[in-house]
Amino acid sequence: MLTDTLTPRTAPTRTTTIIPASEGIEIGPRRRVRAVRLDDRFDLIGAAVAGIAVGTLLFGWFTPLSGGVGWTIVSFILFITFYAVLVGMKADREEIKDRVVSVLLASAGVVLFGALIFVVAYTLVRGQNALPHLNFFIENMELAGPLDPLSVGGILHAVLGTLIQISIALTITIPLGILTALFLNEIGGRFAKFVRTVADAMTALPSIVAGLFVYSAIIVLITHQRSGFAAAMAITVMMLPIVIRASDIVLRLVAGNLREAAYALGATRWRTVWHIVLPTARPGLATAVILGTARGIGETSPVLLTSGVTAMTNLNPFSGPMISLPLQVFDFVKSPEPNMIARGFGTAAVLILLVLALFAAARLIGGRGPGELSHGQQRRMLAASARDEQRITIAADRRLLLTSAPASDADPVSDLPAAPDRPALPKEESSS
Amino acid sequence: MTTTNPTEPLGQPTTSVGWTPGFDDAPRRSLLPRPSGSDSVFKSVAVTAGATTVGIMLAVGLFLSLRASSALQVSGFSFLVEQQWSPETQVFGIASILFGTITIALIAMCVAVPLALGTALLISEIAQGQLRKTLITLVDLMAAVPSVVFGLWGVFFLQANVIPVASWISTYFGWIPFFQVTDASGQVLTEASAFTSSAVIAGIVVGLMVVPTQTSVMREAFSQAPNGEREAAFALGSTRWGMVRSVVLPFGRGGIIGGTMLGLGRALGETIAVYMIISPIFTINWQVLKTGSNSVSALIALRYGESSEFGLSALMAAGLVLFLITLMVNYTASSIVARSRSGADSEA
Repeated sequence: MLTDTLTPRTAPTRTTTIIPASEGIEIGPRRRVRAVRLDDRFDLIGAAVAGIAVGTLLFGWFTPLSGGVGWTIVSFILFITFYAVLVGMKADREEIKDRVVSVLLASAGVVLFGALIFVVAYTLVRGQNALPHLNFFIENMELAGPLDPLSVGGILHAVLGTLIQISIALTITIPLGILTALFLNEIGGRFAKFVRTVADAMTALPSIVAGLFVYSAIIVLITHQRSGFAAAMAITVMMLPIVIRASDIVLRLVAGNLREAAYALGATRWRTVWHIVLPTARPGLATAVILGTARGIGETSPVLLTSGVTAMTNLNPFSGPMISLPLQVFDFVKSPEPNMIARGFGTAAVLILLVLALFAAARLIGGRGPGELSHGQQRRMLAASARDEQRITIAADRRLLLTSAPASDADPVSDLPAAPDRPALPKEESSS
Repeated sequence: MTTTNPTEPLGQPTTSVGWTPGFDDAPRRSLLPRPSGSDSVFKSVAVTAGATTVGIMLAVGLFLSLRASSALQVSGFSFLVEQQWSPETQVFGIASILFGTITIALIAMCVAVPLALGTALLISEIAQGQLRKTLITLVDLMAAVPSVVFGLWGVFFLQANVIPVASWISTYFGWIPFFQVTDASGQVLTEASAFTSSAVIAGIVVGLMVVPTQTSVMREAFSQAPNGEREAAFALGSTRWGMVRSVVLPFGRGGIIGGTMLGLGRALGETIAVYMIISPIFTINWQVLKTGSNSVSALIALRYGESSEFGLSALMAAGLVLFLITLMVNYTASSIVARSRSGADSEA
């Protein structure tokens, strides 16, 4: 499309690329460089079966061993041994090492992700008892005692408390965090270095110490009561460094030539930040904030010291205790009653689902790096630049004709291509 | 071409080709940056934001130090060696608590480092394409799982499943002092109740919680190993593991050390999972499989409510010590990671 409109003026000398004929050259089947051979697979399966079988024999019949964890460990060790032996039957030492280490690395991954999925699934499954009850989501624990069935009482107060606390924390964290990150990146200087060091040090602050600080500085000295606001302050102290750090990285990734282009066009620093840097980094910043939120929602220990435990719905963050989801989980499972523990797992399941939803949102918004465009954005940009190109070409054509007209003695007006008459690029073609 | 000697003042025209007379009459535009109104507002707002962040941080640090000092003045040096914690009688120290904190963190490292190293190598060297992206997302997701959920899992699932293994280890490896489980008189204990709420169980749970931090630092370091060297290793006939050992691991050494220490910093400060699992004791317990351990953060969570003014100050002192340790660990870690990133650490 681009060359079509340019050719009349530039008229390049055409060169032809000669493609050598492929006739007469024997092309064999493509070699698979990284194929897994059939006997490799049999080694793996055979060793696994042998390991499990011998492990079961050891645990069930030959030795007085017991317990699922022990069985897994013994079977795994046996599996690795058998696998090494099987591979060793036809390979040298280096290859045995390579194979065994590959299997070990894969098992590390399996163990880790297995643990992750198991932790989440375990919570969701144990939460099943409480979750189907609608009252779990629309009632609070005011009228429900430890011995009451699951059809009484719920966690509405904790959900509301979490939402209020995280909203207060976000109202402070987002502007302060992003402005600090902007300061670190756009203004810089010696003080910025100091701020960055301090923000890094702040990530090392243990959450319980942040809670202790808010407890003794705000609650003991000023308000004399636990409140949602104090909890929000503690969450803010924890979230702020996370948001600063993540936004700092995102802003650093904004390409320098974009900034320089803005400055070269005469933009002031603020206009560059507002029109160039922030829009470019927007998905990344959103991700930073959402991930910070996910961390902030799950913080238990600072809230434990600052928000106080209550069974009632409290919508006023400035007076009275206001419980949040993680603290409610903690409070439920302290009780020995099975129903309270079931409620605890139900609350934990709600908390996990909330974190998962936030995480999914972060992925959806910020899966791309700064400046990287989505499919639709790319198409719109192509269409816009095609329009620009057309506009510029027409202007150049007119100027060309106007300057050359007196010399060629032709009527300049009739030759002037009117903009709409040109075989214009269809505006919406590339965007549809 | 105009040739200008940089040392000459800019205002004086030098005689050279291309000089057009008449232009020097125009007033020279100042090249000094003169911030516009919006710029100076932006700058001052941003500086204020930075200063506020620093202010919050300094407030935390100063407040902790000031409040801690009244307790530290009373206890003096014995704060570091005393095992008991009873500020009411002026006898308190963090020896046993710090010991417990470090034990749990070290056990967590024993669990976390192999897992993190293996997963990081799996992601950067073995997994390809979509699988790699999925695994990275899962690691990030794991970092966002709330610690109270890990705590729940540790208390209600892991504990029951670790006890038989712990009992087996203490029976057959009891000759190693760490794995011994005895009561005060030296009698070997075998009943299940002697193995509950131990440092090992807390350590395993904390270990799982810090794996994502370590994995992502290590993975990033490994993925920066230069492709040229990788291909060179393959071209010399090395297997994949040979390549990893001779190229990826040396290049990623800074990432391994730094990631491990960042995880250690988090493990030291972990509160709620530890608090839910351990049963707090105030003596140094070398037997990691035996019931009872302690940690600074669990101590704070346990005692803050009932504390007097002075007791709070003592807790502040404990918190301050914990903060100084995590700060030191984190700072070392991030300087190691930063140095390895700039390539100064790679000698290959």
